Amino acid sequence: MSDGPVELAPGVHWLGALDPHLRVFDVILKTANGTSYNAYCVRGERGVAVIDTVKAEYADRFFASLEQVASYDEITVIVLNHLEPDHTGALPELMRRAPQARLYISVKAQMMLKALLKSEDLAFVPVDTGDTVDLGGRTLAFLNTPFLHWPDTQCTYLKEDALLFSGDVFGCHFCDGRLFNDRVGDFRFSFEYYYQHIMRPFREHVRHALDLIEPLDLALIAPAHGPILRDEPRAYVQRYRQLSAPQLRNEAADRAKTLLIFYISSYGNTARMALAVRDGAESVDGVRASLYDLQGGEVTPFVDLIEEADGIVFGSPTINGDAVKPIWDLLSSLAVVNIKDKLGAAFGSYGWTGEAVQMLEDRLRGLKLRVPVGGVRVKLIPSDEELDQCRRFGQQLAEHLTGRNARRVIDMSELLKEPHHAQG
Amino acid sequence: MPKANVTFEDIGVTVTVPAGTRLIEISEKVGAGITYGCREGECATCMMKIVAGMENMSERSVLEDKVLQENMAGRQHRLACQA
Repeated sequence: MSDGPVELAPGVHWLGALDPHLRVFDVILKTANGTSYNAYCVRGERGVAVIDTVKAEYADRFFASLEQVASYDEITVIVLNHLEPDHTGALPELMRRAPQARLYISVKAQMMLKALLKSEDLAFVPVDTGDTVDLGGRTLAFLNTPFLHWPDTQCTYLKEDALLFSGDVFGCHFCDGRLFNDRVGDFRFSFEYYYQHIMRPFREHVRHALDLIEPLDLALIAPAHGPILRDEPRAYVQRYRQLSAPQLRNEAADRAKTLLIFYISSYGNTARMALAVRDGAESVDGVRASLYDLQGGEVTPFVDLIEEADGIVFGSPTINGDAVKPIWDLLSSLAVVNIKDKLGAAFGSYGWTGEAVQMLEDRLRGLKLRVPVGGVRVKLIPSDEELDQCRRFGQQLAEHLTGRNARRVIDMSELLKEPHHAQG
Repeated sequence: MPKANVTFEDIGVTVTVPAGTRLIEISEKVGAGITYGCREGECATCMMKIVAGMENMSERSVLEDKVLQENMAGRQHRLACQA
């Protein structure tokens, strides 16, 4: 069982801490098996590098391990692959004990480091892919892997030993003192869960990172949480490649821009509007529109669909001054996918007040979608004319998706006066 | 008051605005695809490319210049919340 340093290779040690009782990580993640905070130490002929630290409350254990493999005056390099507090909790004290050590961080970590240490007067070396630091007979090479899962994240590769210190990439919340993936209990569910919740929103960035990692020789992957991957490390890289790509080929998207229309309807009025929006969108070449009744589906598969779509439209009645709960449930479940820059829009029928459309549009903007076409609101039963309006709305959305929208010139005062209708 | 025309190429809309208006105030209302994070010039989420008319833009502030440099932005890039 590991308490204290564990050797990964001659002169390379794990200095982490085990947190077996943790059950919720960062508010959003369940951790049935707790977690570990993995830090590492690499000894060269001319110096020692410490790679990441641990959560603050485990600092004593980290320093006790470190002291068994190196003295503070030998430490020449501190690498921070990721600045979140669970990896930098012991950093201020480490800097105090080893003041001569130089700090190596990614370019994007600079402002975060200043905010984390609450100091402008800091010495550090910002590094990018291709940069290296020589420890004497051992070389650390940096891979810039932004947004896995923060802007600052990077991986560090020990060239001579083919060891990858991957930060949160390939990690998971699974605490097992046996440490190595060929010795710990079955942790596969945890590896998948971690990817789905932490890495999935950034899958384009995952693919870029894999382009850097896949060509490397990999004897072992040492992540910042969970088991150390020494048995078939490449299998975990391959799994990331699979997870970052759609499972089934999206045939509709191969042929056209896809517009998904999600609706829910009490008396069939919003449903009739949805059909008309679909028909309008389908009248434009190069757009494949699909309808989904939220009453008949679960949230998770719809999240999967939205991840792949070019545009999403929500139709909701207004009940007691609000859009209805199934729509909000779906909209509050999109944090695990990247929806930035997709086209968004809303429509709906209402009895008294009709706030739902505007509220949904505001939410879509808040989620960083573009909402260039103001939604259609209809009081109670849509007339033929109002259904025509819905068809035009669908058509305009489709034209935006295909880049065929008419160019317009408007005055700022129009936007300020009637923000909702000026966009139509 | 002097006016300026701002065109958002992604949605094909030109807005006539009072000179000095920040882009964030226009792009959000018109529904352009610029996304915002902190809105205070630090996170660089709203980095955008000026395809024409850079000479009509305000000067970069010290903060904007620093954040753009840290994000390895080119000369044609600005932060929509600052410009």
